[in-house]
Amino acid sequence: MGGQLALDRPLAGDFHIAFDGVRLSLGRREVFRGLSCGFLRRQITVVLGGSGAGKSTMLRLIGGLERPDAGSVRVAGEEVNLLPERQLFRVRERIGMLFQGGALLDSMTVFDNVALPLREHTRLSEAEIAERVGRNLAAVGLPDVADLFPRHLSGGMSRRAALARSVVMNPEIVLCDEPFSGLDPLNVRRIEALLVDLSRRAGLTLVVTSHHLASSLRMADRIVFLVDGRAVSGSPEELLQSPDRRIVDFLAAESQAEFDPSRLGDEPSSRPAAGGGAS
Amino acid sequence: MNAIETLGFRTLMLVVHLGRLGVFVGRVARASVLPPTRLRRFVGEVFDVGVLSLPIVCLSGATVGAVLGFQSYVALSRFGAAGSVGSVVGISLIREFGPVLTALLVTGRAGSAIAAEIASMVQTGQIDGLRMMSIDPVHFVVMPKAWGMLFAMPLLSALFIVFAIAGGYAVVVHLLGLDPGTYLTSLEDSVNLHEDVSQSVTKALVFGVVVACIATYRGYTSEPTSAGVSAATTGTVVVASVAVLLLDYVLTSFWGI
Repeated sequence: MGGQLALDRPLAGDFHIAFDGVRLSLGRREVFRGLSCGFLRRQITVVLGGSGAGKSTMLRLIGGLERPDAGSVRVAGEEVNLLPERQLFRVRERIGMLFQGGALLDSMTVFDNVALPLREHTRLSEAEIAERVGRNLAAVGLPDVADLFPRHLSGGMSRRAALARSVVMNPEIVLCDEPFSGLDPLNVRRIEALLVDLSRRAGLTLVVTSHHLASSLRMADRIVFLVDGRAVSGSPEELLQSPDRRIVDFLAAESQAEFDPSRLGDEPSSRPAAGGGAS
Repeated sequence: MNAIETLGFRTLMLVVHLGRLGVFVGRVARASVLPPTRLRRFVGEVFDVGVLSLPIVCLSGATVGAVLGFQSYVALSRFGAAGSVGSVVGISLIREFGPVLTALLVTGRAGSAIAAEIASMVQTGQIDGLRMMSIDPVHFVVMPKAWGMLFAMPLLSALFIVFAIAGGYAVVVHLLGLDPGTYLTSLEDSVNLHEDVSQSVTKALVFGVVVACIATYRGYTSEPTSAGVSAATTGTVVVASVAVLLLDYVLTSFWGI
């Protein structure tokens, strides 16, 4: 692929979500230093970066859970950083968010968790809600857990139940915070397939933060790589061919951890980088 | 200089917290008049705060009444006034010990539980999850808990007083041999339904508001860490207990309640 990665790409195009010159400090740590990047409509964008790079914070900014110190965050045409909490609710009705830990309400059953947004924001009858919840739980491969409480579910099951909840209102945008972390390969594949299927079928704009390089490269239409408080974005192929030392090092470390367990005892210097053109 | 700086900083923080608490209480009040009513969640909270506190409130009431009756009997007997035990027990329980001790007990049992539950919801992202579902956490989580506490407090206080009077009766009449009629008549003659009982209910309601606001505020504004949950729980018990005792003095001294 002949493209080149863009650092803080100018905001042109059909961006569903756009960051423009965002600066944010949490405590004394400067997380973003003029971050500018966009997320295209109906595409899967994976946000990569090391620990503490600001991946989760990026999703929280999109959802209006955090506010930047400077710059703007536009979601579906609305400048969410300027909206008061009440008006943010209107924007959030168009967004589904899958939190890292699932964030299911532990005082409610899985059924009630998934049904909650429908009961709060629609006038559907209980029968219609039951039908829709059942359909969503079946779609994520959990048809038999409706009556269980979140504490009875495994990590992967919690994440899938939370995914069912995050898309039950048919949002335009779905934000997934580390959906693969701590899961076994089977569950990684399962959630990855679910996300891709959901995105393609419903035409969702999907933003996924991940450490999981293999699944990221498989599912992403675009990659946003966070480094030093700024964004580098491009296609997966462009990322793999990048000469940027920081990206090469990240890819090398991640690919080594994921693909080559037989070399775990090797010296770091002997480990190959991911992708042919990465170095 | 350091001590002055520290004092200044702490005073500023106190003002900041009081301001935030005021804003938070305003949000709860606003949520209370907005639909939906959250009746089912409210009933659940009344069960958690009220019904689950019954054993400790009833047992504490009975023992406090028993001790109060015993000590009053011993003291009053010296002056040949043992017949006034019912009056002393009744007035002190209805006006002071009932609402105050109930508030302290409920703070320790239910207030700390409310703070811990909300703080752990903050820590595990459940509060943010609600916000992302366009559900106001103050309306969905905090408001039913605050009203549940407010509703349960006077009822628990009344039960505390009933069990305390019964405890006093059991000790003074059955153990110390005072005539049951004397105990009950003295109690009946000294307690004024409108003044004493309404003041008792007013105090319990005020304490209910204070404990509910502090417990929900501390939980809701906690740091999203394990230490945050712990700090919210401890802070609730300490601050609410001190606030109840101070407020009791203010209500009694300045408003005669």
